[in-house]
Amino acid sequence: MDKIKLIIAREYLSRVKKRSFIIMTILGPILMASMVVIPILLTQIDDKDQSKIAVLDESGLFFPNFKSDKTHLYYKIEKTIDKAKSDLAKGEHDILLYIPKKMVSLPTQAFLYAESQPSMNLKSYVERVMSKELEEQKLKIQIDSLNLSEEKRKIAMNIPKAIKTSINISTIKLDENEKEQRTYSGVNMGLSFFVGFMIYMFIFIFGVQVMRGVIEEKTSRIIEVMICSVKPFQLMMGKIIGIAMVGFTQFLLWVILTTGIISVVQVSFQKDITANQNITATSQLVPTQEEVVQGSGNKVLDIIASINFSGIIFSFAFYFLFGYLLYAALFAIVGSAVDNETDTQQFMMPITIPLILSIIMLQFVLRNPDGPVSFWMSIIPFTSPVIMMGRIPFGVPYEELALSMALLILTFWGATWMAGRIYRIGILMYGKKPTYKELFKWIRYKG
Amino acid sequence: MNLFIAENISKQFSNHKALDGVSINVPKQSIFGLLGPNGAGKTTLIRIINQITAPDTGSLFFNGEKLNQNHIYNIGYLPEERGLYKKMKVGEQAIYLAQLKGLSKRDAISQLKLWFEKFEIGAWWNRKVEELSKGMQQKIQFIVTILHKPELLIFDEPFSGFDPINVNLLKTEILKLRDEGATIIFSTHNMASVEELCDNIALINNSRKILEGSVEDVKHQYKSNTYELILQGSQHLLKDILGNHFDLLDLKNGSANINATIKINHGDQNDLLKTLIPQYQILSFNEIIPSMNDIFIQRVAEASKNNS
Repeated sequence: MDKIKLIIAREYLSRVKKRSFIIMTILGPILMASMVVIPILLTQIDDKDQSKIAVLDESGLFFPNFKSDKTHLYYKIEKTIDKAKSDLAKGEHDILLYIPKKMVSLPTQAFLYAESQPSMNLKSYVERVMSKELEEQKLKIQIDSLNLSEEKRKIAMNIPKAIKTSINISTIKLDENEKEQRTYSGVNMGLSFFVGFMIYMFIFIFGVQVMRGVIEEKTSRIIEVMICSVKPFQLMMGKIIGIAMVGFTQFLLWVILTTGIISVVQVSFQKDITANQNITATSQLVPTQEEVVQGSGNKVLDIIASINFSGIIFSFAFYFLFGYLLYAALFAIVGSAVDNETDTQQFMMPITIPLILSIIMLQFVLRNPDGPVSFWMSIIPFTSPVIMMGRIPFGVPYEELALSMALLILTFWGATWMAGRIYRIGILMYGKKPTYKELFKWIRYKG
Repeated sequence: MNLFIAENISKQFSNHKALDGVSINVPKQSIFGLLGPNGAGKTTLIRIINQITAPDTGSLFFNGEKLNQNHIYNIGYLPEERGLYKKMKVGEQAIYLAQLKGLSKRDAISQLKLWFEKFEIGAWWNRKVEELSKGMQQKIQFIVTILHKPELLIFDEPFSGFDPINVNLLKTEILKLRDEGATIIFSTHNMASVEELCDNIALINNSRKILEGSVEDVKHQYKSNTYELILQGSQHLLKDILGNHFDLLDLKNGSANINATIKINHGDQNDLLKTLIPQYQILSFNEIIPSMNDIFIQRVAEASKNNS
């Protein structure tokens, strides 16, 4: 047992000390945090630069509705469009908004001139302002034609506002004890995809590391030296466990560093964010954030409470570990069967297909987490780590979970036994690439 | 007293028989040469001794006990195809391999430092293995093999990749190890070093043992009663003087001397001398003893003739 500890320690330390591991550990959280932080930062950068928008409104209807703010300053000009354009070219204005007058009907067209592409935000804001004004104008025309009294006219003008309704459907899960629990499908989907993808990624990255490690030992011929002191099975398991620990270390560091970076950034920008009313850009991307900012804390707490965190964390740890162990054993077989990495393709295929299939199917599973495809793929051990993890945030019956876990453990056990049998022969075989038939023969070899 | 005994070992692989009823006895504190052409089954036998693979039939004894897992601490093996973890530092790697052989970290370090001094590679302790020359890597592998002071050492082509100076250094160390009590199994194709180092040999060909014994006995067994003489006198008369008791195999004329190779058919050396002394001045008289190289080639050729 001491030997396997020594092997684990070597496999772990030699990888953790590598420059590539340190770089990935630092770079990963920066990348992940930047996905959250950069949109926030971008709105900050916009603030400092107020763009001046000249409005040439020939109809005269719209200009009063444009409200200047920190990022955009609207001002009226009354020139010909040609003169205005040449002023823009000279740099007098940043952007020129031109609303031409139509003789017969109401104007429905506008032009934004700028030296660079104007932002989508500005475009949609202009559209919103204009369509709102036009709706009101049309409404006025309709109401005018009714010849109502002044009082009734006021009421009629308010009809659109009065009938405006937004529907909010809450999904509520009812368990056997008729206990109600509010669910948030969007949040669940996000969470499911995230955990499923995490498992997929870790199995792939660290499974391939196991394979590479085995090939490295074969090609450097250290293997002959090693197996006169340790049993091949100890060497294989030591490598698999050592690399699993590398994976856990990296994962933990990523979680800690990412939350660290995000919270530091959040604290230092908190003031600006709350002071700034114009964060439509970010709030459109991340709807929950707007709610956070607007202070509807109750809903956030409710969402958090609706997630079964301890269950998810437990199953994540379980499927992460056993999914990895199962695939690591298979990757070890591939590594032991070949002499160099270019030969791995043929043997990699049957291993990667169920993995890739499960990540593709994950999206469908999220849409219908209780359907037959979801059920079977979360029971079959080769796809269950990713698919079951995707289902868990939606709630999975305990007996299905138990069946899936039991099958996974059994398959892991069988695969490891088989890998051990093939590995001990494969590591001493050089030259010709074995066929599948030969691999099966190795399983039965004595000694 | 034999340190290691293998009895009737057979090993079958899917399409060929690697070993067929091979037995060897390795006496304690001796150097045992395991010889044979490529593919004869030497590596398989060595792997069986190291318990890397198990034999189909046959039994193995170490120091009188049945060979078991605990004995791997008492065996040091330097494989022919050997390597090291390229990205690891030399010192770390040597400590790791020593620990796997049961040494404590502290013992490993202190022992290693001594050997690194002796082999003049102390400066390389903190370098990565990939920066080392092949010869230096071989030195490290040799040190790691013997570091845990095993009773049985197995060297498979230990001299490959070494320059003559380091070959001598290694030979000296191997002989010293034997004198200090180690038993050594030595597998090589270099017959000169077999004669120089080995006490006993076994020759394996085509998965069977075809020859075993002490180097001296084997040589005596294969000598053909042939002598090389340097004589002074008439060379024309030599053939007649020898008669039919002795065969003149070869005759060379020096400036003043005759170099003759003579095989004795009847009688012994003294009879030959008695025949020659009246006519010739005898300057030199040597028995021709076959080299291990000749015996190896002769026996392997005979064995394959018998097979076919």
